[in-house]
Amino acid sequence: MVPKSRTFLLLMVSLLVVAGKVHSEDASSAFKSRSSGSLRIATTTSVENSGLLNVLLPAFSRRYGLATSVIAVGSGAALAIAERGDCDLVISHAPDLEAQFMAKGLGELHVPFMTGDFLLLGPRNDPAGAAHADTCVDAFRAIAASKALFISRGDRSGTHQKELEIWANIKGLVRGPWYREAGQGMAEVLTMAEQLGAYTLSDRATWLAMRTRLPHLQVLLQGDAMLRTIYSVIIPRSAHLSGRNADGAAKLASFLTGSEGASLIAGFLIEGEPCFFPIAH
Amino acid sequence: MLFPDRALMKTMAVSTEILTILGRSLLFAFLSVGFSSLAGIPLGMWIGWGESRARRIAYTLFQSLAALPTVVVGLVLYAFLSRSGPLGPMGLLYTPAGVVIGQYFLALPILVSFIAAGFRTVDRRFMETLETFGCGLPLKFVLALREGKTIIAAGVAMAFSRVIGEVGVAMMLGGNLRNSTRTMTTAIALDTSRGEFEQAMILGLILLFVALAVHWLINSRNSRGTLA
Repeated sequence: MVPKSRTFLLLMVSLLVVAGKVHSEDASSAFKSRSSGSLRIATTTSVENSGLLNVLLPAFSRRYGLATSVIAVGSGAALAIAERGDCDLVISHAPDLEAQFMAKGLGELHVPFMTGDFLLLGPRNDPAGAAHADTCVDAFRAIAASKALFISRGDRSGTHQKELEIWANIKGLVRGPWYREAGQGMAEVLTMAEQLGAYTLSDRATWLAMRTRLPHLQVLLQGDAMLRTIYSVIIPRSAHLSGRNADGAAKLASFLTGSEGASLIAGFLIEGEPCFFPIAH
Repeated sequence: MLFPDRALMKTMAVSTEILTILGRSLLFAFLSVGFSSLAGIPLGMWIGWGESRARRIAYTLFQSLAALPTVVVGLVLYAFLSRSGPLGPMGLLYTPAGVVIGQYFLALPILVSFIAAGFRTVDRRFMETLETFGCGLPLKFVLALREGKTIIAAGVAMAFSRVIGEVGVAMMLGGNLRNSTRTMTTAIALDTSRGEFEQAMILGLILLFVALAVHWLINSRNSRGTLA
């Protein structure tokens, strides 16, 4: 019989070998299940979950005969997937992260193609009086001052980036237990805000799609220029790697930024309300 | 060093947070497995003790319950703990207690079916001897505990593995709240969604090594007994 300590050692060594192999082969290989010729898009969740891509992509496929598949993740993760050469095109709404991505020389095309906006949501009784604020910075200040519960996405998504940008305008901000970092997607955070009676920042599309299930929440502030967000299409340099589809990505990028894409985006409504606005090129 | 290195400080802050999260994961697992052992060990022993229709039904039921996805267990409990649910006023949703309750229900079926399966293999003569001596229930229970400690340790170990590695309940009932309910598994899910694949992988390896250590401890304290 093998002595215990030697078995243990053997086990450890084999584990390290396995772990090292996985690491070097790239963690993101878990995302791979592609059929060649199709186009893989890594996108921020709001664009996919709102149903916008279900309008845009079939129209694109009909015109160019190219199949598409979508990985819906936060903007940060979408860019990370692109960096690893696991997608052909990115739709993102985190300008700072996108700028970093381009500055590192990882992207070959970056075109803003539509805008959307964020809403400050909160409990109906509005304990912080955020609805009386004129700007989102004032509203956030009121929430911090009253120490009312605020739930942050905390997941490096475009929405999280925007929220941090607003907080950065408040001098001497102290984040106490009232500030909760959820580290989850928009739908989960909205459910959490509903359950806990908390404030949160949401994109309009997800709110419109979910609001019938969120009876305790209401829109407290909207329309502030700072709450605007820009969605961009990015083609990573890695789209030229073998097995990727840079040609298809270029076609989709020009479709999204062109007139046909623009009219589809403008005509897209959730419960009768528009939530994305095309940028004219 | 005269001035603390900022990068170093940052790295240390990060690793302190990881250690805290690891400690929290272990605490949740120990509590939930501990509580479910109180009910699960006697129940598993009873099911494995003899043959009867009730035992067969219970055995099949618990084995099947062990197959439930963690998210489904999370979903069912969510319905109870949510503000519109019957237990809503207790305010357990998105708290550490909520996670422990969820993990209790994950651990229980594993524990029960494992222990029941083990006790089914115990030599009949052992039970018959206990009957002949006319032992009372408490004494029978204690003697059986001693006799089946290897089986019980294996059941507890499997329940621990199920709980320490699950994401569904921790995410749904805990909410992955930083400094409150974030566990190793929800932190891994978060890092993955952020595109921090290396960090996620490191956390996964840490979890694996800690699990190895815990199981090693259980097994070394429980070297091959008289049974199994």
